[in-house]
Amino acid sequence: MFALRDKYAIAGIGYTDFSKKSGRTVRSLASEACIKATADAGLKISDIDGIVSFNFNDSASAIAVATEVGVPQANYAVDFLAGGNGANLIILSAIAAIEAGLAKTVLCYRAMNGRSGFRLGGGRDLAAYNITQYTAPFGWITYPQAMAMWCRRHMVEYGTTSDQLGEIAVQFRKNAEHNERAMQRTPITMDDYFNSRMIVDPFHMLDICLETDGACAVLVTTAERAKDMKHKPVHVMGGAYGGGPNQGEDLFDAMRWPDHSHNYAKYIAADLWKSAGIGPKDIDLAQIYDCFTYSIIMQLEGLGFCDPGEGGPFVQGGRIAPDGELPLNTAGGLLSEGYIHGLNHVVEAVQQLRGDAGVRQVPDVETCLTTAGAMTCGSALVLRN
Amino acid sequence: MSEATMTYEKPLPVLDPESTPFWEACREHKLKIVRCLDCGQVRFPPTSFCPHCNSAKLEWIEASGKATLFSWIVVRHPVPKDVYALDVPYVVALVTLEEGVRMPTNIVGCAPEDVTAYMPLKVLFRDVTPEITLPVFAPDRG
Ligand SMILES: [Zn+2]
Repeated sequence: MFALRDKYAIAGIGYTDFSKKSGRTVRSLASEACIKATADAGLKISDIDGIVSFNFNDSASAIAVATEVGVPQANYAVDFLAGGNGANLIILSAIAAIEAGLAKTVLCYRAMNGRSGFRLGGGRDLAAYNITQYTAPFGWITYPQAMAMWCRRHMVEYGTTSDQLGEIAVQFRKNAEHNERAMQRTPITMDDYFNSRMIVDPFHMLDICLETDGACAVLVTTAERAKDMKHKPVHVMGGAYGGGPNQGEDLFDAMRWPDHSHNYAKYIAADLWKSAGIGPKDIDLAQIYDCFTYSIIMQLEGLGFCDPGEGGPFVQGGRIAPDGELPLNTAGGLLSEGYIHGLNHVVEAVQQLRGDAGVRQVPDVETCLTTAGAMTCGSALVLRN
Repeated sequence: MSEATMTYEKPLPVLDPESTPFWEACREHKLKIVRCLDCGQVRFPPTSFCPHCNSAKLEWIEASGKATLFSWIVVRHPVPKDVYALDVPYVVALVTLEEGVRMPTNIVGCAPEDVTAYMPLKVLFRDVTPEITLPVFAPDRG
């Protein structure tokens, strides 16, 4: 269990424009976010001695970015092969590295040309090797197709409805209206949701996040050192990474998973809350991984914001709006802000906890949850100001 | 390469030492799964070691071919477009075999809107190339 409550902090954030066509190399996007995060902390690149990222063989390596920006000695330069589960994992890994004495000041980034380059939504290699030989020959190829299977299972078990999924999409779009970073800011209605094209039943187009070109970076160091930097530190109270039994051979493979009506969240909840020393009721707002609408519902249930099966009703009636009981994805989420594989959720959490979120600012925020992952494996952080 | 293989554009399994008996059985229109010779647990997909007792001793047993529907999706937007344009809508499912293991497959012989949770199914075999046969499932109407 994470045992370093409040000892580490996020001291800087940086991000590029989010677009459909960056016209740039992924490395340059990563470098821009890293340079900005370093400056945001009031530091120079010469202060950096660690750099961590995660990718799907679709990004620039940590050493490539360290080289471009001129890190004089990269003592902890590490790339994780990870999907959405990686966004908080890299932050926990940076903390672990600093605690072990491997580095002092670590940049964590995710960079991708997710729309103009390697499209995660576009399917995988059609040669069906290894575990894929049991899935791809049946035309089960893309991530929306993989995750629709989970969503259906939740509908079967608990009666979750498209109305509930649509409510999530509509609310997050509304949040994105006030976010200059967001790729989709035009309001949508429930009619728009239901009229959006059925991609893979039960998913409409508006259940699916936005493929995005862009990068985000955050700077991690000890709370002690962060105290003297430019902004008020955002402390890491608690964190967890993992999942249940039978996570399978890759993110797609969940055929041996206990039941697709719940995901990783259920398995990390106890450690997450124990490590933070607070519980779901103490969370002021949350940035929950929303590669698809349904994943919000499963994580709310798994992390104990409501009982299993209650996630659908939970998101209805304004509870997740900025002025609701639990404001969610205040920047618009992966569904409407953009998909920087979940690291943009951490950027928004930091802005909210600093009180720097402008018109999006939720008043009196002290704690924020961030999560990353939707299937068998994921990560989460409890942050405070 | 046979003519049929050349014209079949969908993904085909690439056999490996663990999967070869499964696909060879499919070609003979038999659905086979691995059973641990030490603890008796069945498993799918086939792996070298039993996750229950770590034994490497295994046998291939023929499954009954009966299953129930665990979860399913209806693919309406084809990806890749040129490969699946003529197939949509099609149903991909996870089915639970009578022996207890889960398996991805297609549901055939049933309109997508008539597919229901837990419906009883039985295996059918589709010879898609001279080398490869895919196990698919249809409603088991008794
Ligand atoms: Zn065994």
